[in-house]
Amino acid sequence: MIYLKLFLTFLMIGSLSFGGGYGMISLVRETVISNGWLTEDEFLNFIAVSESTPGPLAVNIATFVGSSQGGILGSLFATLGVILPSFVIILLIAAVLKNFMKYNGVNAFLMGVRPCIVAMILATAVSMALSALLGISSVTDSIVPDIRSAVLFAVLWILHFAYKKAKCSAPPPILMILLSGVLGAVIFRFEI
Amino acid sequence: MKRSAALFLTFLKIGAFTFGGGYAMIALLENEFVEKKKWIEKDEFLDMVVVAESTPGPLAINSATYIGYKLEGIVGSALATLAVSIPSFIIIFCISLFLDQFLDLKYVFYAFKGIQVCVVYLILSAGIKMLGGLEKNLFNTVILLTVIAAMLFCSLFVVSFSSVFCILISGAVGVSVYLLKKIGEKNKK
Repeated sequence: MIYLKLFLTFLMIGSLSFGGGYGMISLVRETVISNGWLTEDEFLNFIAVSESTPGPLAVNIATFVGSSQGGILGSLFATLGVILPSFVIILLIAAVLKNFMKYNGVNAFLMGVRPCIVAMILATAVSMALSALLGISSVTDSIVPDIRSAVLFAVLWILHFAYKKAKCSAPPPILMILLSGVLGAVIFRFEI
Repeated sequence: MKRSAALFLTFLKIGAFTFGGGYAMIALLENEFVEKKKWIEKDEFLDMVVVAESTPGPLAINSATYIGYKLEGIVGSALATLAVSIPSFIIIFCISLFLDQFLDLKYVFYAFKGIQVCVVYLILSAGIKMLGGLEKNLFNTVILLTVIAAMLFCSLFVVSFSSVFCILISGAVGVSVYLLKKIGEKNKK
């Protein structure tokens, strides 16, 4: 049954997504692609939508995938699934385990998880870049570079460093999304 | 106004207007609950941030549950969590109904081809930023490189290995290193 599957899948994502929004990207990407719920392109489109709307990425993506697979009920089950672990864990800590963060075992576990999350984000970004810019998603694929995407990618990084130099902080995501939308509409319009 | 109603409305507002992820929200929460309403002490707020960051799940949900519980018990935590999720839920549900038709427009399709590249950039820059915040030591470097290598290998050779295991194994390695250190210290004494 799709509702139960959505609920359980997002329950698992909710219980293991350490490290905030981007920390869960690898898990969500794997899950939605291996279940055939979204394609790689649809997933990327949705991340952009989620970054341009308010609210946590986890709730946004659960609602979206739930809705695409099972309408309004699907999105309710998926969202409930992703929220429930947080809710239960935090209630337990606030009410019962007041010294939770002082246990050495907990800190030791988190010490191992922290670098793992960073590694997962970086690895996901690299495999996404390989597939979007070079057309490689497995070793058997031959390299089909997408020149326009590669140029756009380079432009975004140049802007990133220029902005950082001027304002001492990274450019806001929404600005970069709008800009690449405009550039995309211009450069992908023409066949090379 | 009753405190539970104020709690609900405040989190509804935070859910509807926080762009830019969890950390933007922490500043807003502090402004609302510590400075304006003075319902929570600064120290307690900082403890809350540590717990919310170290437990799984979105920062927004974690802090809503925690603050809700501190102010109005279990009912408060349910109200605050519900309130912070409702705006996302409604906005994204509406978008999900129209996104496909929207993408059928030719220029929108081209724009999204550009935006897909931007998302790869966003994820990579988020990863690099987090890498900068990681303490530089042997333990972190070993885990980092092993996980990156394992994940890229699995992705390129189409081996199905869920990153759930990466998280659990890394956590277990953290606990084992801690236990080994403890045993080592005992032996010295």
